[in-house]
Amino acid sequence: MHRNFEATIIKFNRTMIAQKSYKIIVTIALALLPMLVISQEHGEAQESKKKFNATDMIMHHIGDSHGWHFFGEGENSFTLPLPVILYTENGVVSFMSSEFHHDTEGHHVVEKDGMRFVNYHEKIYQLNEGADTVEFDAEHHPVNASRPWDFSVTKNVAAMFLTVVLMLLFFFSLSKHHKKNTHAPKGFNNILETLVLFVRDEIAVPQIGEKKYMKFMPFLLTVFFFIWITNLLGLLPGAANVTGNIAVTVSLGLFTLALILINGNKDFWQHTFWMPGIPTFVKPILMVVEVIGLIIKPVALMIRLFANITAGHIIILSLIGLIFILESTGVAGISVPFALFITILELLVAFLQAFIFTMLSALFIGMAVAEHEHH
Amino acid sequence: MDLITPEIGLFFWQTIVFLVLIFLMAKFAWKPILGAVKNREDSINDALASAENARKEMQNLQADNDKLLKQARAERDAILKEARELKEKVVSEATGEAQEKADKIVAQAQAIIQNEKNAAMADIKNQVAALSIQIAEKVVREELSNKDRQQKLVEDMLADVTLK
Repeated sequence: MHRNFEATIIKFNRTMIAQKSYKIIVTIALALLPMLVISQEHGEAQESKKKFNATDMIMHHIGDSHGWHFFGEGENSFTLPLPVILYTENGVVSFMSSEFHHDTEGHHVVEKDGMRFVNYHEKIYQLNEGADTVEFDAEHHPVNASRPWDFSVTKNVAAMFLTVVLMLLFFFSLSKHHKKNTHAPKGFNNILETLVLFVRDEIAVPQIGEKKYMKFMPFLLTVFFFIWITNLLGLLPGAANVTGNIAVTVSLGLFTLALILINGNKDFWQHTFWMPGIPTFVKPILMVVEVIGLIIKPVALMIRLFANITAGHIIILSLIGLIFILESTGVAGISVPFALFITILELLVAFLQAFIFTMLSALFIGMAVAEHEHH
Repeated sequence: MDLITPEIGLFFWQTIVFLVLIFLMAKFAWKPILGAVKNREDSINDALASAENARKEMQNLQADNDKLLKQARAERDAILKEARELKEKVVSEATGEAQEKADKIVAQAQAIIQNEKNAAMADIKNQVAALSIQIAEKVVREELSNKDRQQKLVEDMLADVTLK
């Protein structure tokens, strides 16, 4: 009776805190939203002087780039230069992205160590001897240039670093609190702890089980907070679309796959390759299905995250782009509130996708490590 | 197609950064945080359990107290009852004894009275006898002082006497 009461109070507190944190996030997002709209309108206003191409604008915004562009156009734009790191046949070459002078059409040639590079639509090409700009054949293969291995710190990588720095700051502060005292933390640390407990009690323990969940907590917690914080940062004006980039989600999905493959127990492999308890002639068929399933699981994870985040960005950008397509400011009266609505929806999606990715990762890992008592 | 073609550079960075992040977070954040939370939960559970125990102990103590109180009350009642009985007994005993004593005294007094009465009666008898003799003596002396009368007396007496 007494204990039940305590539990109810604790639960109530948790939901209160969750609501509080949600309110804070919504407030921050609402405060920043006008900036998003203004900065995008500003950027697009000048593009529209040329022929406005909504597809190019959207692809540019959701794609990666070699500099962190905030506002302005051409030489006057405010762009944070980022290091370009290339692995060529002659070794590693690096220079700042500002050396391209905001050129993304492959006109401005950067010379380094006797090699010549251009930036064509945020892809770095190494020009062959005698070439001044990159040219493409009918299948869009470069004819007079090649692509070196590009390990540049792009906008997405920089945004990733920002997430890492935030996570280290947040959770080292919580960890520091726990080193000093034994009682529950207050304020922001309490929100963080509630979220950590949410991952533990709602994701890891139910999916993996009381005995084995501890081993996977570092991965699950890191992936949850990484995706969530990156999603939220991606909603800020001028921010990068990290979790909406397929390379990032492929990497995250492969982490889950690796954990399944490394931790899969004997039962799991037996069920994958030679399912017990069924007629022998069905076993090879089922093996094919199971192996495909094993690969489809992380593929589904990577596509889900990538598609959801990218779709959200595309919808917002399309709504804003409508103003320039129809060349009428009156459209803003409709498309801006719509974009606002979608942005708020995206706040929910940001959490939801982090939750789903973590949840399904935990589920797949839980299936791989589960003990089967029957058969 | 650019959208769904993973860039090797970004993939490389994501993998490296994520590996380092997992390592750092696991060592410096997740482990201490989860450990501390676990400790706190354990201590809360312990505290709740010990509170429950204390409550039970309190209940036991209260029950003991009640039992003791009841016992004490019963004992008091028993003592009171005994006392009352004793009193009644004492009173009744005393009454009986007094009655007996009184009866005895009365009996003694009666005996004494009887004795006294007897003695008095005997005395009275003696005195009456003596008086009678004296009177008789005087009468006789008077009677005998005269010859005629003497004669007469003798004759009277003789007349009374009948020879058997």
